[in-house]
Amino acid sequence: MNAPQFSSSPARDDLRTEPMLVRLVIIAMAVIFLTVFVVLPLVVVFAQAFSKGVGAYFTALSDPEALSAIRLTLMVAAISVGLNLVFGLVAAWAIAKFDFRGKTFLISLIDLPFSVSPVISGLVFVLLFGAQGYWGPWLQSHDVHVLFAVPGIALATIFVTFPFVARALIPLMQEQGTQEEEAAISLGASGLQTFFRVTLPNIKWGVLYGVLLCNARAMGEFGAVSVVSGHIRGETNTMPLLVEILYNEYQFVSSFAIASLLAMLALITLVAKTILERHLDEGQFPRD
Amino acid sequence: MIEVKNIVKKFGAFAALDGVDLKVANGELLALLGPSGSGKTTLLRIIAGLDWPDAGEVSFDGEDALSRGASERQVGFVFQHYALFRHMTVFENVAFGLRVQPRTVRKSEASIRARVKELLDLVQLDWLSNRYPSQLSGGQRQRIALARALAIEPRILLLDEPFGALDAKVRKELRQWLRSLHSEIHVTSIFVTHDQEEALEVANRVVVMDKGRIEQIGTPGEVYDHPATAFVHGFIGESIVLPVDISDGCVRLGGKALNIAANGAAAGASKLFVRRHDMQIGPAGSGALEGAVQRVRSFGPIQRAEIALSAGECATVIEIDAPRDRELQTGDIVGLQPRRYRIFAGQD
Repeated sequence: MNAPQFSSSPARDDLRTEPMLVRLVIIAMAVIFLTVFVVLPLVVVFAQAFSKGVGAYFTALSDPEALSAIRLTLMVAAISVGLNLVFGLVAAWAIAKFDFRGKTFLISLIDLPFSVSPVISGLVFVLLFGAQGYWGPWLQSHDVHVLFAVPGIALATIFVTFPFVARALIPLMQEQGTQEEEAAISLGASGLQTFFRVTLPNIKWGVLYGVLLCNARAMGEFGAVSVVSGHIRGETNTMPLLVEILYNEYQFVSSFAIASLLAMLALITLVAKTILERHLDEGQFPRD
Repeated sequence: MIEVKNIVKKFGAFAALDGVDLKVANGELLALLGPSGSGKTTLLRIIAGLDWPDAGEVSFDGEDALSRGASERQVGFVFQHYALFRHMTVFENVAFGLRVQPRTVRKSEASIRARVKELLDLVQLDWLSNRYPSQLSGGQRQRIALARALAIEPRILLLDEPFGALDAKVRKELRQWLRSLHSEIHVTSIFVTHDQEEALEVANRVVVMDKGRIEQIGTPGEVYDHPATAFVHGFIGESIVLPVDISDGCVRLGGKALNIAANGAAAGASKLFVRRHDMQIGPAGSGALEGAVQRVRSFGPIQRAEIALSAGECATVIEIDAPRDRELQTGDIVGLQPRRYRIFAGQD
């Protein structure tokens, strides 16, 4: 058969392709923009951190204040990721697998922390737990410290990061429907067996994806934490807060050394995110 | 025996099931046949325990089933879209029902393996045991879903539109395969379908449903040859439907009396049902009806003719199937005599 061959003619460019000049200009704009706003700042962070040599860098990181900030950040991240994992699973499960009144409202409520300025989120906790707040006096009389202590920082971080896991799971679970769960139950599985053998394996990459983003935000959160932390040195400073304090005191090497840790976290997150997204795409089997 | 008594199920104001009674004998292969929205899938899900009725009773061999959850009913359910566990191999899918049994009754790993192997042999797919569901064709997935449901030795096997998502050729093969499988293992089975041909060909008994009610229960022969209601006559097999009027034992179409007996039909507006192949064609003036041939298509053993009827004020076009012993030509005036027919009261 002699099929007409349209695309093989070298004289004709693909119609969908722009002229070479336009392509070059667009690519150049993208590259310049990325360089100025993403690559350069990243390079500057590491350049500043190592400006006095590798020795000064590690001295700065092993400072007691720095170690305390790292410890606090890791602890707060562990608490908020753990709780938000549970909350996100429960919320996504409820929204994706059941129909109830007020479901749309619940979905917008979950998104609330994304649309509120983190400073406001912090202030809410000051209003609730502060000395002049609703529960502050009662808590003080029982010697419970929430504000300017670890619980307050954890609360503010949980609030700011709670959409991540739920947001990653809701569309995934909605797409998967409830048929596999129904099949498991009709085969005699209990509720827990169904969850651990069928539901969880189906959403595990989504869970990891949500946890990853949640963790990145929990470690990097500045605004909300800044309001509730009280900036007690060696006690309630997280890494982002310490970066600001050291910078304001002209301790550039120390400041950028800690900043470099956060930057590395961002790079690792980016790589992990790419890998997870690939798994998520593979997980979407065609359901005909 | 599965017994369903007076089941009512409402979704808001819509009654999906409106007082359904059904008995299924052990070893039967029963079809629930009806158009979409007739409630057949809802009935199946209620028997399985995946939905709960608003009123009524379901019992298995005399034991109340509604007091038990789906996981305790020992019902094998095959879903329309198979619902295979996508992260498990074919082998693990089939083994699932055996692995989740309580520790006290769970079989040893060796006997689970032997049982899964046996089931995969039964559905003739043992060579696929290490594949994942996404690597299978539709027909293969369907058979794996069936093997998975059979693994728990169900008291009853329920299949929701088992062939609905398959292409025509595979569907035909699987139908015959399901029939022979059933005669081999004799598990009581109910399947839902909207395809009358499928129901008539596969089932021992057919339950015809419409608008949440059962219209007729009978063997394929009974529902085809002796439809109980106008709906069944219209839904099963292809019928010619003519609006007639009964008065003084005389059947009139468009004001003109037809030379057929009313068979005791009540007076008033009624509908005359005739199967396409039950309309005998003769020369003009030979039958109760007369019409002009508009179009003829011949294939296989029959010719299908569109005939414009002229009966008093009623002008309509009907399609009939005639044997090819007498070739029809466009423009012929022919006489038509219904060999067998039914009259049901009511206009619509």
